[in-house]
Formats: sequence, C-alpha cells, structure tokens
Amino acid sequence: MSAVWLAVIVVGLATMLLKATGPVLLGGRELPSHVNALVVLLAPAVLAALVVTQVVGGDRELVFDARLVGLGAACISIALRAPLLVVVIVAAATTAAVRLAS
Amino acid sequence: MTGPKRSRYRDGARLIAPIGLAAAAFGASFGVLGPTADFDALAAVVMSATTFAGSAQFAVVSTLESGGSVVAAIAAAVLLNARYAPISVSVAPVFRGSPWRRLLESQLIVDESWVVSRRPDGRFDHRILLGAGLVLYVAWVGGTAAGVLVGEAIADPASLGLDAAFPALFLALLVPQLRSRRALAAALLAAGVALVLIPFTPAGIPIIAASAACLLGWRRR
Repeated sequence: MSAVWLAVIVVGLATMLLKATGPVLLGGRELPSHVNALVVLLAPAVLAALVVTQVVGGDRELVFDARLVGLGAACISIALRAPLLVVVIVAAATTAAVRLAS
Repeated sequence: MTGPKRSRYRDGARLIAPIGLAAAAFGASFGVLGPTADFDALAAVVMSATTFAGSAQFAVVSTLESGGSVVAAIAAAVLLNARYAPISVSVAPVFRGSPWRRLLESQLIVDESWVVSRRPDGRFDHRILLGAGLVLYVAWVGGTAAGVLVGEAIADPASLGLDAAFPALFLALLVPQLRSRRALAAALLAAGVALVLIPFTPAGIPIIAASAACLLGWRRR
C-alpha cells in the first residue's frame, strides 16, 4: 500500500473513533455533575485556543500577518453587534485587502 | 408532527450557511493541493469524506510533501484531532438510539457544528448539530471534489482572506459565552497556554493543552 493511502486510512479511522468516543460509549446518558462543570468550560477554552492558533499560529512559530488585522476588524464588528455573517465577511475582506495592498 | 423537528435541523443549516461557503472553498483548496503530494484525486476525496477535519488533512499533505514519514504524517493528524475526544464527550448526552446510529451521527461533529449547537445553558442541541454538520460535510466533500476536478482554476483561499474567516467565526461564537467570570478565566487561560506553546510544540498540542483550562470548573467535593 502506498504511503498516501496508508495515511488516509489510518487517519480516517482514528478520527472517526475520536469523534465517536462520547456518543458511542456514553450516548444518551447524563454526564455526572462534576464532569458537567468541566464540560461547560470546554467550549470557551477550545474556542479561545482555536482563535489563537488560527490567527498567529505558524509552523512552530508565531506569525503576525494580515490575519491579525482581519481579526481586529472582526472584533470591531462583534462590539457593534453585527450578525455572524457580517463578522465573517468583514474579517475575510479586511484580510484580503491587507494582502492585496502589501 | 414533523414540522418543528424539521425546522430545528434547518436552524442548524441556516446558522452555519455562511461558514459553509468558506468550508467549500477550503475543501476545494485541499482538492487542488492533492496532486502535488502524490495524492491521487480519489485519495483526496476519500480523505475529506472519512476524516472530515481540515487542519488534520492539510497536516498530512504538508508532512508527506516535505518528505516526512507516514508515521509523522499520521501522528500530526491524530494530535490535531485529539480534541475531538473531549468534544465528543461533551455532546454525548444528546446522542440517542442504537450504537451504530450514534457512531454514524457522531461523524458530523466538527468544531463549527459543535459550537453553533451549544445553548446558553451549556448543553447542546442535537438537531442543530446534525443540521449544521451535514451542511459542512456536503460543503467540504463537494468542495474537495470540485477542487480535484477544476484544479488550479480555483482562487487561492488566502488571497480571499478565508483563513481569517474561521477564527473570526470562533471569536464571534466565543464572546457570548463569556458571561460568567469562570468562562472568561478559562478562555483567557486557554488563549495564554496556546500562545506560549505554539513555538515549542507540534500543531495540535497547544489546543489540547489549552482545553485543560476547563479544569477551572473542577469542584471539590
């Protein structure tokens, strides 16, 4: 088997298992209250980490580029209570504009 | 009485629609990148349909392309997707039915469908998750297939600023969740941990380590 197909199959299976962990093993059951107290904070924690890694993350380095300006524009739209769609478009358009200008 | 049921799935689809377009464009760029890393067209589409997680797929392509081993490529992708273990536990209570059904439905869990299905009380809405997940799945796999077919004709997603669209979405969804002091503390701690670890660890580690910030919710009994 080629390296590509080996990677495709193993990564696909591993990802399916990771996503199935909770629903298959614990599906339909309420989580114990002390676990629930952690789960409530999981979304804010993971979201904050995703924002950071996707805005300044590089290949083992911090990269400050047009994405940061786009996120700044998104912050302003969020503060002005713009709808989700507007926030996303403003971020993309600003980033694209900065790249075009530089 | 299928009326309200249907509208809930549609709510998920409607919520995610704007990001579905970005997902399709990213999927297309994965389909375009394919050939350069010895990925034949079929491998790229099969990977989008089975892995359905953008960052991990790009990690495999770039690792193999830069001469890395298969083991390194697989390790990078699994690390990037390790966050799905805690994420899938968080939504477990709303997945019902037979184990096979739960297995199948759980494949629609991705960051974006997970986040839009979170309700203000911290629980998750099953139908919104599935509705949003299905739109993203079709956009991602369809985008990859289109990228494979059309190839270089598709614009570079970076030139369209699409790489900033996803963090902007995540930030917009994060802000309303910061009403409690604890949630704010968890988010700030997670952001700090990720920022510090990015230069020193392989991709994926900063996110898993940062997710441990949810331990701030630990209650002593």
